[in-house]
Amino acid sequence: MTEKPSVHEMHADQLLLRTDRKTGIVGYGAYVPRYRLPGTEVARVWTDGGSGTVKEKSVAGLDEDVITMSIEAARNAMLRAGIDPCELRAVWVGSESHPYAVKPSGTIVAEAIGASHNIQSGDWEFACKAGSEAMVAATALVGSGMGKYALAIGMDTAQGKPGDALEYTAASGGAAYVIGPADESVAKIEASYSYVSDTPDFWRRPEQKYPEHGQRFTGEPAYFKHIETAARTMLEQLGRTAADYTYAVFHQPNPKFPMKAGADLGFTPEQIKPGLLAPVIGNTYAGASLIGLTAVLDIAKAGDRILMVSYGSGAGSDAFSLEVTEKIAERRALAPSTADYIARRTPIDYAVYTRLRDKIDMG
Amino acid sequence: MNPDVVIAGIGQIPVGEHYELSLRQMGVRALRAAIKDSGGLKPQALYIGNMLSSVVSHQANLGALFTDYANLGGIESFTTEASGASGAAALRLGYLAILSGYVDTVAVLGVEKWTDMAHSESETAAALGLDYDYEGVQGLSETGQAGLLMQRYLYEHNLPADALGGFAVQAHANGVNNINAYFRKAISLETYRKSGMTNPPLNLFDAAPYADGAAAVILTRRDLLPKDHPQPVVRMLGSAIATDTLALHDRKDPLAFIAAKEAVQSACAQAGIMPIYTDVLELDDSYSIYAALTLEACGYADPGEAPAMARDGGLAPTAIRPAMTMGGCKARGNAIGAKGIYQAIEAAMQLRGVCGLNQVPDARLAVTLALGGPASTAVAHVYDKIESRE
Amino acid sequence: MEIPRHWRLKQQRYALMGEVCPHCEAKIFPPRDVCPECGGEAKTQFAFSGKGKIYSYTVMRDAPAGFEHNSPYTVAVVALEEGPMVTAQLTDLGEEPVAIGMPVEMVTRKIREDGERKGMIVYGYKFRPVMAA
Repeated sequence: MTEKPSVHEMHADQLLLRTDRKTGIVGYGAYVPRYRLPGTEVARVWTDGGSGTVKEKSVAGLDEDVITMSIEAARNAMLRAGIDPCELRAVWVGSESHPYAVKPSGTIVAEAIGASHNIQSGDWEFACKAGSEAMVAATALVGSGMGKYALAIGMDTAQGKPGDALEYTAASGGAAYVIGPADESVAKIEASYSYVSDTPDFWRRPEQKYPEHGQRFTGEPAYFKHIETAARTMLEQLGRTAADYTYAVFHQPNPKFPMKAGADLGFTPEQIKPGLLAPVIGNTYAGASLIGLTAVLDIAKAGDRILMVSYGSGAGSDAFSLEVTEKIAERRALAPSTADYIARRTPIDYAVYTRLRDKIDMG
Repeated sequence: MNPDVVIAGIGQIPVGEHYELSLRQMGVRALRAAIKDSGGLKPQALYIGNMLSSVVSHQANLGALFTDYANLGGIESFTTEASGASGAAALRLGYLAILSGYVDTVAVLGVEKWTDMAHSESETAAALGLDYDYEGVQGLSETGQAGLLMQRYLYEHNLPADALGGFAVQAHANGVNNINAYFRKAISLETYRKSGMTNPPLNLFDAAPYADGAAAVILTRRDLLPKDHPQPVVRMLGSAIATDTLALHDRKDPLAFIAAKEAVQSACAQAGIMPIYTDVLELDDSYSIYAALTLEACGYADPGEAPAMARDGGLAPTAIRPAMTMGGCKARGNAIGAKGIYQAIEAAMQLRGVCGLNQVPDARLAVTLALGGPASTAVAHVYDKIESRE
Repeated sequence: MEIPRHWRLKQQRYALMGEVCPHCEAKIFPPRDVCPECGGEAKTQFAFSGKGKIYSYTVMRDAPAGFEHNSPYTVAVVALEEGPMVTAQLTDLGEEPVAIGMPVEMVTRKIREDGERKGMIVYGYKFRPVMAA
């Protein structure tokens, strides 16, 4: 397929999104529910062997959904930001499992954290990059001067059809970010860049409970093409290489894909592993790259550079280049760490899982 | 000087699952029995205690319903609601009406139709007595509230899980001899111990069964009694209602049952007696923990001692503190809004000396106490007997 | 459907928003505009910390209609750090047994759905064992 020349081709060396006012992550917060379904349980019921690609995945409790999990992640982000919730000018939630088809998650989250009524709110949907898209929008809102702070959340109670390969990994969790002025931030946002195309690798039609996917088509033309294009463009146009970064976080539908994408881009396993949570919590869809980033921020030092690249089916990737500031040290301990949530775990069997995830037909 | 208000007639149907009877049929049966027992007195007002008919039977405006179906010809009538103390509140209304001088003879009906809906639906209706916005919405029920109280009580007094078993054992022993009781089978402490916990540490035998019931009394001025009215005559000496916070959690000390204490003390003060002088105590054992907390709040037992009192037979008809003498709520059955009238009838029967094997020897004074919720509302009455028409 | 009554309580339900008495400093939950301690008018908003200890608890094995989905669940009376007590479900209980005196913290969770699958979702406070921060 040949692509038409566009304004971007004409200015192909200036594709990065940068803001007039410098922005950064002022607060961040993770959330992982406490239940874990081991891969061996899915295998026990469906394949009589193997255990999938992850050890276990996180599962939301009976009383949890994207809204409740977003509230907790947002509260953690607000604790670290230390700002009056009334200073937020946007509360945006990206997810592919919003509890309501029509009725925003964002207004409930905003009310729960004490945000004012003078905000932007709306739900974002772009498969697994809905959360990072909300982060780009928050960066733009703050960077333009329209508001001082904006809250962006990526959260999911991911769906996977019983017995499908996705069932081993489709997990619950995510993270929230308060975007604000760079000089108040724990990590400055140097630039972002997004790359999208019409690539039908994974989707869910209205009224359908579970998504469909193109199996191996989800790999090269979808995940790798978009992640690597977004990352390469970012590196090239910043005049950097993988070696200039301390950490890299990629969308993680399984443990293998981000390791391979990272290797293709020149990153070492040491740069990728701190932000690679898929082996222990699975794929939290819109939350996946965002919570990988919270795990990195939990351990990063001032001066560290972080590259985060999300991926959403359908398809697209958002890349963020971040530089950690000295403020990280004092803010980190103000809320539970990503590791705290991962350590808090109750293993469940497949029977309990079907109840928690509402797979039992109650008639 | 105030006139003497007397209980001229009593009427009740057995508490139980009356699938064949409607709300109105049950109430009319009790009313007609009470009027007959009074020697045919004609009430000028009918006060009705009921909690659930609006939900469970989809029926409000019970005043018009019962005066119509009982053929009472358009007299004053309406419902009082105070959760489980609805019947007792109606009784107080009847008592005050006669004292006021505006009405000479009153019928008071306590009626509850439990079985018109599936049990779980009626259970949800019963939870209306809780604070809906702050307790009900959290998935708590009245039985759950009792579980919370019992857990805290056992903790504060360092008692074992089976400590409260004596209440159910005593109630069931008394129920055996009450033809109007729902359960007429004695149980052992071992049965209590083995029963399943519905709201740990509260077990099946700690909760009185909700059931259908209707009971009525006819009140009148003593001077209006028919000349041949049987002796002795039961007189009402005191009546009091006290309230506490609706939500259990809003109380400084949820175990204090302050309203129970206030109501009993106030009614006894009107009667000119000390609470401990009563010969019969028809307390509210909707839950065994309610009975324990009531005994302690009212000074019948020291804090933490009521369970031992029950276990050691201290509440038996022949013991020092006869209580739940016809089976209480546990064995007679908890007919919710009708409960207070069943209690009044049982007190009257003790004073009349017609309780057979459950008769409290030489019963002269009786106290009844009905609770709406965990003593959120408490209604106490005091009765004595007059041997001859002076 | 009971939309208005849930809607009007959303602030206190989502975030334990109560009141503080301007006369005697008593912290009030739920908000009632009249101080239960001194009887004075009290309409000043006060956000509770959500930290507290279990005063008592029980398990609902026979859930009322509308709560069957979550049965069995634990309901507790929690004494909040600031004074008042509240009734709430406990959630995220791990292996550690619930006990009177156990420190707990507020989380916002689904309380119930108003109508099977079609109705509004009611969110509100629950408590869980304190997570190490």
